[in-house]
Amino acid sequence: MIYNIEFETLPREAIEAIQLRRLKDTIERVYATVPFYRRKFDEAGVRPQDLKTLKELTILPFTTKQDLRDNYPYGMFAVPMDNVVRIHASSGTTGQATVVGYTARDITMWSELIARALAAGGATRGDIIHNAYGYGLFTGGLGIHYGAERLGASVIPISGGNTKRQVQIMRDFGPTILTCTPSYALHLAEVAAQAGIDFSTLHFKSGIFGAEPWSEEMRAEIERKLHLNAIDIYGLSEVLGPGVSSECIEAKKGLHIAEDHFIAEIIDPKTGEVLPYGERGELVFTSITKEAFPVIRYRTRDITSLNPEPCICGRTHVRMNKVSGRSDDMLIIRGVNVFPSQIESVLMEIEEVEPHYQLVIDRVDNLDTLTVMVEVGEAAFCDEVRGLQGIERKIAKNIKEFLGVSATVKLAEPRSIARSEGKAQRIIDRRKI
Amino acid sequence: MEKLEQISVFLENQPGRLSEVTRILVDAKVNIRALSLADTTDFGILRLIVSDYEKAGKELKANGFTVGRTEVVAVEVPDNPGGLHDILKSLKNADVNIEYMYAFVQRSGENAIIIFRFDNINAGLHHLKQSGVRIIDGQTLYEM
Repeated sequence: MIYNIEFETLPREAIEAIQLRRLKDTIERVYATVPFYRRKFDEAGVRPQDLKTLKELTILPFTTKQDLRDNYPYGMFAVPMDNVVRIHASSGTTGQATVVGYTARDITMWSELIARALAAGGATRGDIIHNAYGYGLFTGGLGIHYGAERLGASVIPISGGNTKRQVQIMRDFGPTILTCTPSYALHLAEVAAQAGIDFSTLHFKSGIFGAEPWSEEMRAEIERKLHLNAIDIYGLSEVLGPGVSSECIEAKKGLHIAEDHFIAEIIDPKTGEVLPYGERGELVFTSITKEAFPVIRYRTRDITSLNPEPCICGRTHVRMNKVSGRSDDMLIIRGVNVFPSQIESVLMEIEEVEPHYQLVIDRVDNLDTLTVMVEVGEAAFCDEVRGLQGIERKIAKNIKEFLGVSATVKLAEPRSIARSEGKAQRIIDRRKI
Repeated sequence: MEKLEQISVFLENQPGRLSEVTRILVDAKVNIRALSLADTTDFGILRLIVSDYEKAGKELKANGFTVGRTEVVAVEVPDNPGGLHDILKSLKNADVNIEYMYAFVQRSGENAIIIFRFDNINAGLHHLKQSGVRIIDGQTLYEM
């Protein structure tokens, strides 16, 4: 079903006309209200009225995650706090989180995009949605929740965790749509199997999965084990949250970007040059309707390509292919964004420990695991087991506290962490995504 | 020198790590007097009393091991039932806490030797002496 038949099937010329008008409004507004953008535009010698066509978007400077961090917490807000009704934040350490805000109209728009995504994934107002995205600062839980209500479906706001209970509720409440991260979906299947519950006896039609990259192989596995249509949804809090783009159940081939609210570009991550349709590069978004937290040419660091071909579902919005990588070293572990530098700063704060470390990421029983190997120098060494285990526990506790992700810490001998060209190899990702 | 210098070595729980330590000691012509290994699932701590701790420590460090040095106490215990118990009882009565201990029996003697690591070594030494146990000083043990 197409939730907003008018806007989701607009002809290309109409989409572009709407985009240009909304883009001009956004540019003028951020120039007037956000000192950061005014400074960036001035430095680039660009005035809002210079922008006459969509192609000229390239005269505007990029915005990066670092810019958002530098303006922590509210520096990038384009409206007074009086008009902000919701605040979310991306996962990250205290210093590195990015805070985003929403006006009432932003929430309405976001809810509609989620409703579109749910409908595109096969949901209708008659469905019961088991929403196992985490509720809280993370945009997943509340984002899906509002969209599901907007669609008119019944939401079970189960949030993350307590998997055994989730399985019970799935059996008893009869949900028909599952929303969570793809790795959690597989974990649910396993816990259900242990509890003697076969997903084929449940009532699921579709699962709308996002917040971490996943492959076609994983889709096949989820569909086989959970007996449902596995649909990809994409978004990031800096741009909006989930719903920036989503797959349709008809094609399951690429995610339709809500082009009446965002302009997508693909750039060469090294040169910043815009690449034509079909070429792989870094995805860049400009929001054109957001009020509280507009972003201009925001570099997502996600690597993908755009596909303008007409889709069998009837939607005319351009599709992005599944995200296939990152142009930086960010890791997504159980839906949490983790930069190796964040782990490094946690280690640096523990005086006994030397900053020689390696992160090993694996997927065990469909859940991501993070193992932090840390070399033990003389300062940390102690001839008692409990002293060393105490250090392991302290590191794990601080990582959990600052990054929100559980890690197993293993102490290693000095210089045992492989170094190539004198530089330690920091990350070993064994997940097959 | 009533106290003994014990060296401890951090080992990853991997095949060959222990023999790497003994190889280095062989090359350095250092003799092992006593040892114990504390282990967990991923790492171990090897504790050694050796004929030349300065040299052993230097060579192990030069080969990339993390090495620590701890003071311990060695005592001679009659090699018969109750020999160890009497010592432990008197330490307990004096409220002296033992972090860990290990023992070995001498080839020629009739006595066992116990190595103690106390959280407060001076208190431990004091009470052992009071209870009349024979303390083996460092020099004697290194050259034993």
